[in-house]
Amino acid sequence: MSSGEIVTRSDEASRNPLLQVKGLETHFFTDEGTVLAVDGAEFEVYAGRTLGIVGESGCGKSVTAKSILQIVDRPGRVVDGEIIYSPRSEPERDLLKLGANSHEMRTVRGGEISMIFQEPISSFSPVHTFGNQIIEAIKLHTDLNNDAAYDLAVKWLERVGIPNPQQRLSEYPHQFSGGQRQRAMIAMALCTDPRILIADEPTTALDVTTQAQILDLLLQLRDENEMAIIFITHDLGVIAEIADDVAVMYLGQVVETAPVEEIFESPKHPYTTALLNSIPSMVAAPRDRLPSITGAIPHPQNRPSGCPFHPRCPSFIPDVCNQREPSNTMIDSDRKVRCFLHEAI
Amino acid sequence: MTAISQNQDPKPLVEIKELKKYFPIHKGFLRREVGAVRAVDDVSFYINEGETVGLVGESGCGKTTTARCIVKAIDATAGEIMYRTVDGSTVDLTQLSNAEMRPLRRDIQMIFQDPFSSLNPRMTIFEIISEPLLVNNIGTRQEREDRVHELLNQVGLRQEFMQRFPHAFSGGQRQRIGIARALAAQPRLIIADEPVSGLDVSVQAQVLNLMMDLQDDFSLTYLFVSHDLNVINQISDRVVVMYVGRVVEVGTPKELFSSPKHPYTAALMSALPKPDPKQKRQRTVLEGEVANPAAPPAGCYFHPRCPHAIELCKTEAPGMEEISPGRFVSCHRASELDLAGVSIPASAD
Amino acid sequence: MAVESLEQPIQGREFEDRVSVATQRQLIWWRFKRHKLALVASIVVAMFYLVVVFADFLATSDPSDSEAFRGLMPIQAIKFFDGVKPNLQVCKIEGERDLQTFKRVYVRDCNDTTEIGLFAHGYKYKLFGFIPTDRHLIGMSDRSLRAEDHIYLLGTDKQGRDMYSRLIFGTRISLTIGLFGVGLSIFLGIFLGAISGFYGGLIDNLIQRVVEIVRSIPAIPLYMGMAAAFPPDWSILRIYFAITIVISLFAWTDLARVIRGKFLSMRDEDFVMAALIAGASQRRIIFRHMLPSFYSHIIAAASLALPFMIITETTLSFLGLGLRPPAISWGVLLKDAQNVQTIALTPWLLIPAIPVIVVILALNFMGDGLRDAADPYSS
Repeated sequence: MSSGEIVTRSDEASRNPLLQVKGLETHFFTDEGTVLAVDGAEFEVYAGRTLGIVGESGCGKSVTAKSILQIVDRPGRVVDGEIIYSPRSEPERDLLKLGANSHEMRTVRGGEISMIFQEPISSFSPVHTFGNQIIEAIKLHTDLNNDAAYDLAVKWLERVGIPNPQQRLSEYPHQFSGGQRQRAMIAMALCTDPRILIADEPTTALDVTTQAQILDLLLQLRDENEMAIIFITHDLGVIAEIADDVAVMYLGQVVETAPVEEIFESPKHPYTTALLNSIPSMVAAPRDRLPSITGAIPHPQNRPSGCPFHPRCPSFIPDVCNQREPSNTMIDSDRKVRCFLHEAI
Repeated sequence: MTAISQNQDPKPLVEIKELKKYFPIHKGFLRREVGAVRAVDDVSFYINEGETVGLVGESGCGKTTTARCIVKAIDATAGEIMYRTVDGSTVDLTQLSNAEMRPLRRDIQMIFQDPFSSLNPRMTIFEIISEPLLVNNIGTRQEREDRVHELLNQVGLRQEFMQRFPHAFSGGQRQRIGIARALAAQPRLIIADEPVSGLDVSVQAQVLNLMMDLQDDFSLTYLFVSHDLNVINQISDRVVVMYVGRVVEVGTPKELFSSPKHPYTAALMSALPKPDPKQKRQRTVLEGEVANPAAPPAGCYFHPRCPHAIELCKTEAPGMEEISPGRFVSCHRASELDLAGVSIPASAD
Repeated sequence: MAVESLEQPIQGREFEDRVSVATQRQLIWWRFKRHKLALVASIVVAMFYLVVVFADFLATSDPSDSEAFRGLMPIQAIKFFDGVKPNLQVCKIEGERDLQTFKRVYVRDCNDTTEIGLFAHGYKYKLFGFIPTDRHLIGMSDRSLRAEDHIYLLGTDKQGRDMYSRLIFGTRISLTIGLFGVGLSIFLGIFLGAISGFYGGLIDNLIQRVVEIVRSIPAIPLYMGMAAAFPPDWSILRIYFAITIVISLFAWTDLARVIRGKFLSMRDEDFVMAALIAGASQRRIIFRHMLPSFYSHIIAAASLALPFMIITETTLSFLGLGLRPPAISWGVLLKDAQNVQTIALTPWLLIPAIPVIVVILALNFMGDGLRDAADPYSS
């Protein structure tokens, strides 16, 4: 059985955030207008802990992840913000100040901060063997020669639970099953010993039983290497399983951050509350009506004025919520909310 | 191997008996048949009028294929689908020709998973929703228009949407349009194939509520196919659990979740992430991968992954046993195993 | 009553009404408009087809009017001003035979000019085939003079026929032969592709192998064989149609493949299944649900098949395997340019190559634009 303990912030190593995202703005410049995919996102990531970023479609969680590594697809561009990366015993750097294709950024990307995606089949080249690809990744970020890299690859495949690693290395990605591909992608992301792993909906396309295996694996690996994980998902159940801290996003903004138990027990932002209430669960009596959020997520080109959630908010304050945007208020040493209900006047 | 309860009162609306659907695999230059994918491999269960039966399982378990056989979008390889018509007689849908099936089609309709491919992008919303009326020659043009107005109202869409095209709508709205289309000819049975899987969480709730309201208003019967156990629990009266083309367990959500009788059901329950961080799983994480429906293991399909497998499981496939009224299990060791279910906190309500 | 929260349609204000009520056709048109190159190309193609319709009007001379004295005359220069007065004129060209080489030598004298005018009189013809008139775009101001003797905007060929007018008339045949061919190959392509895609199995296998065989036959030797098979006493018109049919028999394969692919993917679409479940007949499913998805692809494929037709006809006629004089097409015109003498001495005979290149490029760009616009759901 794997770890189920909740790691508190009193640990030495996690006093200072490993990664700090401040005021991130990523816009998409399309023919029909500019879409503010990420509109001022702020959160922190600590070593050895998992930050879960949760939100529905259009909230900007994937774009945020890609912005960290500067791999946002055109016509998107990071327009503003700071991403301060401060690994232990190294000076801190603002990742956004590094050119997207600069040598420094490429060292970070894949070496110190790795990413895994939802669809493993499209993350691999179909015409190269898996061994080719993982060894390439290893050699790009380490000084190992071919043989040493090969041994490391075998070790990692064993570590992620893929049987017959030597044989698998000479196979092609389409010969792996869905769960194995995801494990292979994890192996490839972790073989360079990154400080941070960004996981963008890695289990969404998997069956429940396979998902359980992958989540277990991620938690184990995190504990072994004191790695930080940024786990992006829309599934609140998965968040409860795997996250230590949670950031809730809506329409490009982080509306609430808090440790995971507090998010579930006492959510502060009306959107978080409504979201938690509207998920079908095993504990509800069958055939109960689910309290649903009125309205729908607005089209990105139709952003409401002021607080983006106000048209659907049960606690809407007229002339306040639709006039100005709430600022990020700190309500505890580890909690922040963007809501007028909690704003200090 | 049937699944008819001794104590069941009225005849069920639909009774599926030993349904099989095999997809042949062709290889070689002459396209010889070298094997078959056993998508549905001896499935039996029943659906009573007015209830919601949840059909749950992971990918490849055959639930979608079963649903499509019932609605006769594809033809079954073997087995019977006994349907009780309005006048009380029972007919085996698998034996009907296309022409004979036509008049019965308005009784059995389907809601699809993908809101983007289930609506013809070249037809207006009015044309899409009124199609079941048109092809069954129901009503005059005016009457059809009125009916579409009524349906739009019932699913919560504005009247001016009638002349628009599907590309203008969000996923949730398209699902509502699909529901309106399914309701148009006043069906008795609706097969819902993962209707909320492609939707955002907040929209899921709206659509599920809508479906439950409609069921009350129009005395509908649902077969709700899903891989999401939470949704299944919310909406079903009874649940059928499938694994690689076979039924492993049938029961009410409460029974299945708190005291599963089949090891696979127990594993599914424990694998499910619960939205409660205090309840980190004590789980049995299943080893291995889902069996291949083109080359399933001998005996019980689940035995290679089952922590409780015995010698018998490797050679003989278990039959379906009714261990209590309405409660069916397909496991050699059903009566002796004591499996852990989901612990439901006392504060639940 | 299950009236839920009423949702807004998803587009922004300005979009709401325009895009949501837009039909497929309108969406395709809007996407096409954004492809600037394709738009320009379509205008060019449209202009060429206007030339086809107004050929007689645009020509200056009767294209078959020949006169040995005018043979191989160079391009005339047009003067736009007489001193300060705007006045359209052409420079006179005097020719005489060099008694030593026995070649005709031409001298251009721009001080001695002849006046030409717009919408002037010329040879008689019937506009659109039934309106008798003798007005042309460019002609002699002085009615007593014949355009054939004085205006040679692009020079003359060996027999003294005006190249400009022959080029205009060549456009007519070169561009219309393509249309008939495209029509025939579309029919074949849709028919065979639909059968292939709809029935699958053995029929599909058979038709696809036929497609592959047709595509792998070397074209030119085959055309040579066919040309040899045409009886020499056939009229121009007959040969024209025979060539059209021959070319079409090779051009349908692309469309057949596209249609077949589309049919195969259509069968799995959910909305096709929904129609089946609602109780629609096979016929309705094919015609109301599946076929409309093809129109845009058919148009795109057609606009790409057209250049193939045109260049094939041009090639055949150039090689002497297709149309022959007195028929006029670009290929026939280029046949006259088939020697070194042309490049060295009379390069204006190569001018017909230019419209060939322009039209083929324009049609290709237009077809590309159509093909990209045809699938509004691929972003």
